[in-house]
Amino acid sequence: MSSETKQILTTDGIPLEVSLKKAEKKNKIKAFLLVAPLLFFLFITYVFPIGEMFTRSVDDRMVTNMLPKTFKTMESWDGKELPPEEVFTAFYSDFKVLVENETQGKLGQRLNKEKNGFNTITKKLMRLIKRNKIDESQSIKEQIMKIHKRWANVEYWQAIKRTAPPYTMAKYLKGMDMYFAADGSIAQVDEDRRIHRILWLRTLEIALFVTIFCFLMGYPIAHLLATLPMKYSNLLMICVLLPFWTSLLVRTASWMILLQQQGVVNDFFVLIGLVADDNRPTMMYNKVGTYVAMTQILLPFMVLPLYSVMKTISPSLMRAGKSLGGTPFVAFWKVYFPLTIPGIGAGCLLVFILAIGYYITPALVGGASGTLISNQIAYHMKATLDWSFASAMGLMLLSGVLVIYWIYNKLVGVDNIKLG
Amino acid sequence: MSKNPEFVKFDKVDKSYDGKVLVVKDLQLDIAEGEFITMLGPSGSGKTTCLMMLAGFETPTNGEILLDGNIISNIPPHKRGIGMVFQNYALFPHMTVYENLAFPLRVRKMEKDDIDKKVDKALSMVSLNGFETRMPGQLSGGQQQRVAVARALVFDPAVVLMDEPLGALDKNLRESMQYEIKHIHESIGVTVVYVTHDQSEALTMSNRIAVFNDGKVQQLSNPSELYEKPVNSFVAEFIGENNTFDGEVSDISGDECKVKLSNGEIIASAISVKSKGEKTTVSLRPERALIEPSEKMDNMFSGKIEEVIYHGDHTRVRVNLLGNPEFILKVPNSTSNLELKVKEDIKIGWNSSDARALDPK
Repeated sequence: MSSETKQILTTDGIPLEVSLKKAEKKNKIKAFLLVAPLLFFLFITYVFPIGEMFTRSVDDRMVTNMLPKTFKTMESWDGKELPPEEVFTAFYSDFKVLVENETQGKLGQRLNKEKNGFNTITKKLMRLIKRNKIDESQSIKEQIMKIHKRWANVEYWQAIKRTAPPYTMAKYLKGMDMYFAADGSIAQVDEDRRIHRILWLRTLEIALFVTIFCFLMGYPIAHLLATLPMKYSNLLMICVLLPFWTSLLVRTASWMILLQQQGVVNDFFVLIGLVADDNRPTMMYNKVGTYVAMTQILLPFMVLPLYSVMKTISPSLMRAGKSLGGTPFVAFWKVYFPLTIPGIGAGCLLVFILAIGYYITPALVGGASGTLISNQIAYHMKATLDWSFASAMGLMLLSGVLVIYWIYNKLVGVDNIKLG
Repeated sequence: MSKNPEFVKFDKVDKSYDGKVLVVKDLQLDIAEGEFITMLGPSGSGKTTCLMMLAGFETPTNGEILLDGNIISNIPPHKRGIGMVFQNYALFPHMTVYENLAFPLRVRKMEKDDIDKKVDKALSMVSLNGFETRMPGQLSGGQQQRVAVARALVFDPAVVLMDEPLGALDKNLRESMQYEIKHIHESIGVTVVYVTHDQSEALTMSNRIAVFNDGKVQQLSNPSELYEKPVNSFVAEFIGENNTFDGEVSDISGDECKVKLSNGEIIASAISVKSKGEKTTVSLRPERALIEPSEKMDNMFSGKIEEVIYHGDHTRVRVNLLGNPEFILKVPNSTSNLELKVKEDIKIGWNSSDARALDPK
């Protein structure tokens, strides 16, 4: 055992391990310096933005900073009945500062997201403050409650209290069509408003089917590539790689030309009498278009890992399988196929992960029924400017991918992946 | 049990890949049941193509191949029941040794008990019991080779083909595997068709050897005849070491002929020369020429020693003899009490029966 073995010394009397470490140190430093720029680059472009995204997605300090006194007094409030006078007073003085800075609008919007109706009542309060209608010598609580009956509703004060912590998971819940109910518990939104869940499921479904289609089409191509003589396989390889050399946008646009109702494919169908001229099928702005275009675009990502694995499988293995009495199918299924599993794993993982976050193609050819979660993220980035929600959904997507990766690792083993 | 002398029959087989060049030309070859036959030849001589045609991975362009009297050209490989050992073993890397051996039995839908018995028997034949659960990657080259042999034999095929199976092994292992394969062949009596480019492998293992060159069988005979009595200069050159003299037949009488060289005349046995004036290459094995022979021999000449190379069990002496500076002699070390010094003249003699006048190179 190791404890019993004597420490081996070099001829100079230095322990061998120490001597080895010393000798290797220089090489290690060199190696590290070589990858250092990449590590730095990765940190700037990957780790840092993801961290930033995460903070943004949970960041809820705006209200915390706007109503410091309110939250301080709220600490002693149990939240069951209407808060005591000092909470109202503190809220009033906080709000007055906001009115002076003219930033009370933001608070109204933020609180409105927490509970509908805040916008109206904060505006009313703001107008009264501006017109100096609040008598500070009287009970603030009475005066505020008189402004609107909502101010006398405990649920609104509970909503304010919920915004007290500087961090919130509300965006993540929203991404899953859920929200914090008045009592702080997690509830689902009404059934007709559950759009995100549909999008998530659709994204998974489309990514899954695109992966399957890519596999079904890519496997024979890769096999052909690996077994054809060099001069033909080179040509075929160029055909496979050709899409890579064309802009994604151009390729997607060309699919639009092909698939539209007056497009080439439909014209052909009409020509051969498959469909009637006045009954042309819709192949674009729906799932069909997304499937077709995404499969074509992601196909090389399936073919290349498969090809690199198949290239290493000796043709004599198939021959051995046949000479030992296996029919061509048995030889394929028992010998060839199991050996290609590392390539299948790599290709499927690659295509699935790319498909799950695909953006341009579904945005252009997907239409309403073919948009994916990434389009929703982009929508919140550009249209609603709700970056924290976009960040939250982006992170949910990322963690989904990590979960898939983890499952894959459990099933196949990441060490078995071969990307080439 | 009477053995079928035409168990495997190549009947006028031609093979061309591109329609321009014949890789195998008019091959006529009968292989007897239980025989160990080796196809020997340089690379590109068509021997592997013949093997692949027999296995069913290539189709003859012309002619037929018969197995036990049945034409097999239209039978796919998996129905031929021919075992094959591949050049790089072709063990299935994702299966254990047991699964590799069980593969041919499972596809034949055998019972589990029978499979276990057969696998066990095949493994003990190659003395690899206890290796059932290993993966091929965990075995050494020699062990992988033995598994490949066991797998080719486990389903009791009538014929086993071996395509340069020992090519990837080191010298010592290769030699011991040669004997092992030979012993397996002797003990189970299977017909073996063996392909190699290593002549010593062919000589030690085979019942008969077919020497291939240029798509044709140059000579088909047992090892000793092949070595002692090559029928043409290609075979003489390809098998073993060989001293040659190029000359012209000056006289021919019965089996013997006189060959005139550029500076001298030697007596040789006429093998492929018919008449006076023909060009010929005389071939002589190095061990058939003696230094300072005590008795009288048909050919006696003296030459100058150019080089003496010590080889352990023997010494090689290069002599400039009759205008051939590459004349090699092999002197066994046990009997060699001779003083061999470079630049000295020595007498060399050999009998005309050992010198064979063959076709000119």
